[in-house]
Amino acid sequence: MFSEYLYVFITGGVICSIGQVLIDKTKLTPARILVIFVVLGVIFTATGIYKPIVDFGKAGATVPISGFGYSLANGVIEGVKEKGFMGIFTGGVTATSAGITAAIVFGYIGALVSKPKLK
Amino acid sequence: MEEDKIKMTNKEYSEYVDGKAKKSPIIKNIIFAFISGGFICVIGQIITNICVYYKIEVKDAATISIVSLIFLGAFLTSIHVYSRIGKYAGAGSVIPITGFSNSIVAPAIEYKSEGYVLGLGANMFKIAGPVLVYGIFSSFIVGFIYWLMLFVR
Repeated sequence: MFSEYLYVFITGGVICSIGQVLIDKTKLTPARILVIFVVLGVIFTATGIYKPIVDFGKAGATVPISGFGYSLANGVIEGVKEKGFMGIFTGGVTATSAGITAAIVFGYIGALVSKPKLK
Repeated sequence: MEEDKIKMTNKEYSEYVDGKAKKSPIIKNIIFAFISGGFICVIGQIITNICVYYKIEVKDAATISIVSLIFLGAFLTSIHVYSRIGKYAGAGSVIPITGFSNSIVAPAIEYKSEGYVLGLGANMFKIAGPVLVYGIFSSFIVGFIYWLMLFVR
């Protein structure tokens, strides 16, 4: 039980540290870092590298934005297996639909109720 | 010894200077990013485990956990707490899905005064938009290659 949380902590920590090194060592903005991590998540999942990391680190690998890429890539592969050609178009977004909808709904409500910060 | 320094190329020299100048803040930043990022992931795992405990399927539990973290990120951003965490956490608050949620709410709040459609609505996806574009596009490519592999076989 405890060791499970330790693995989650370490995996998540390492992934975020890589992002921090990129921010400090290169002049990449956070938006570009997010894009890089999502695309790497997709590529590493497709090539079978990300799955063992998820098995080891669980939420430590799925909560970082690279985990979003993991869901996209897994979804599209599942989609192609089930529906063939149409799966290329439906698989990725279907697998991530809950997250995308949640981000839009909670994001919209959050922005509506929030008062702009007075400086 | 002195000659060695003179012989350095520009690149080597800038590496040498960077190594001398920035070393301690980078290590501090990495430690903070590691701890905060790891901590957010542990929260995600705790939510997943609670769901599994209440007999929810693992796949659904992971979805509930991600949705909860997106809510948390949006909520903390709307009460102006997330940006304060971000000052210390750095990438530890950007890379987790809560940071994705923050990247949606923060510009939406900022541009709300420009109207609900072209201000709030259009700017929600200022950062999250590119993430979705490149994420979904690359998953399309993966899907297409996988389909070709199945087709050829």
